[in-house]
Amino acid sequence: MRARLHDTVWGVVAWIAGIVFVFPVIWMVLTSFKQEQAAASNPPSWTFTPTLDQYAQIFDRNITPFLLNSLMASVFSTLLVILLATPAAYALSLRPVAKWTDTLFFFISTKMMPAVAALLPVYLLAKHLGMLDNVWTMVILYTSMNLPLAVWMMRSFLLEVPREVLEAGEVDGAGLLTSIRKIIMPIVSPGLAATALICFIFAWNEFFLAVNLTATNAGTAPIFLVGFISSEGLFLARLCAAATLVSLPVLIAGWVAQNKLVRGLSMGAVK
Amino acid sequence: MTTLAARRDERTQAPVPPAKGGAKDRWVRRAPLLPALIFALVVTQVPFLYTLYLSTLSWNALRPGDKPFVGLDNYITVFKDSRLQSALLNTVLLTAGAVLFSIILGLALAMLLDRKFIGRSIVRTMLITPFLIMPVAAALLWKHAIFNPAYGLINGIFGGSSDWISSYPKAAVIATLVWQWTPFMMLILLAGLQSQSTEVLEAARVDGANAWQIFRRMTLPHLRQYLELGALLGSIYLVNTFDAIFTITQGGPGQATTNLPYEIYLTTFRKFEYGEASAAGVVVVILTIIVATFALRVISSLFKMEDSR
Repeated sequence: MRARLHDTVWGVVAWIAGIVFVFPVIWMVLTSFKQEQAAASNPPSWTFTPTLDQYAQIFDRNITPFLLNSLMASVFSTLLVILLATPAAYALSLRPVAKWTDTLFFFISTKMMPAVAALLPVYLLAKHLGMLDNVWTMVILYTSMNLPLAVWMMRSFLLEVPREVLEAGEVDGAGLLTSIRKIIMPIVSPGLAATALICFIFAWNEFFLAVNLTATNAGTAPIFLVGFISSEGLFLARLCAAATLVSLPVLIAGWVAQNKLVRGLSMGAVK
Repeated sequence: MTTLAARRDERTQAPVPPAKGGAKDRWVRRAPLLPALIFALVVTQVPFLYTLYLSTLSWNALRPGDKPFVGLDNYITVFKDSRLQSALLNTVLLTAGAVLFSIILGLALAMLLDRKFIGRSIVRTMLITPFLIMPVAAALLWKHAIFNPAYGLINGIFGGSSDWISSYPKAAVIATLVWQWTPFMMLILLAGLQSQSTEVLEAARVDGANAWQIFRRMTLPHLRQYLELGALLGSIYLVNTFDAIFTITQGGPGQATTNLPYEIYLTTFRKFEYGEASAAGVVVVILTIIVATFALRVISSLFKMEDSR
């Protein structure tokens, strides 16, 4: 009886903590449905008639091309990452090359290199090739940004394929393609999906490279956010609507992948 | 995430020792690796070599004409530059502050979530949500909807008219970062908590250990590697913080929140001192290599533990 009371109390504390943490997000979503006067009131207004005006305003101000750029950069870089990382992870786990540890650490070391050190040469090179403000430049950069993460993550999923089953398959005369299709894929596909979602999240949210290498043609969603603040002064409700809208894809991806999130973020070190 | 707990008995397999085959076999093994390896080499190492080259030139893009070779002069400028020194100090303070507070909060939340209660998965979803908000959106949200003196939530709820960002610029940036990164720490530490063997904990309880003793003597030592991992990965990500500073303070007031990435960004794209910016970039890379060597050692020891378990 006492133990149960104890559990209830801690459960309530956990709920309060959860609500406190999520509250700024809830506030953002609520504000996005307000009129500007209600959003800028002090003390904050809790009751209001919800309106979709702010969302309509954002689309009037042409957020669509920015969203499409983000979508292109994220989706294509994620596809490319998966295409490069999966075979590489295979060569670092199930049929490892001679120096697989060195290679693995080479990949992670590229992740540790601060982007700021590479910014200028990348900028100059892109300028030279006429690839500034071009979505494909972002695709390439986001691919290299996410590649180490994906290699490590896919490797940790591939290591879960039971070796005995693979060997038994080989004895039965299964070729490489058959064992990939019949043995590896069914085990690895949830991991593959989680890896893709996490790469998507990082690419979608990326700001540093985007703000320095894109402008009007290839600007991504975060660029829209900072752009319309500086050009129009502050409209809190509209800002919240834009912030909600651009965060939505990642929120959904993250909620879907939440069981695998920690594994991806820790490069597969924590399951 | 709970798999660590569920799969304790199923060992993580160490990879097969590489077979000593012929040259052809070695190339067959390497083939799937090569595209990714070449891609990573070209996209990450070539720009760095170019940075090294640029760092030896006296090159301001606003000044037309030649770009003379000046050897290590830019490095001397960088080491003497008081702006860069304060940026280095700010980087350390902001990173350490954000990592430390998010680990402490993350640990507390992970311990709460490690218990059974109604709606646990809902609470977990609520707690990871801040991490999923686009960083730029989160920074704007905190700057305008929370810290704003006139209609921000803090002054709106608690009264007063403090301008939080100008009065406490570092704390304002750290608060935003902690809000975003606590979920990350929580997830790692929760995985650590759930990998504790319940039988051992139960046995300790039967032997009369109280909650604090169990936490201090068993849980904390067990969590050590997870705390280290969280701190290292958090530092690697947070050392590069740019979005929050660009959005919330623009490095100010004065230079109070200018960290290295932001300072190098200013040198490159506001002052157009390409040579100097490159030298600063190289210095940052060297510092990162020092920290990362240490980090990699810890990470690889973690992997050994996983393998031997």
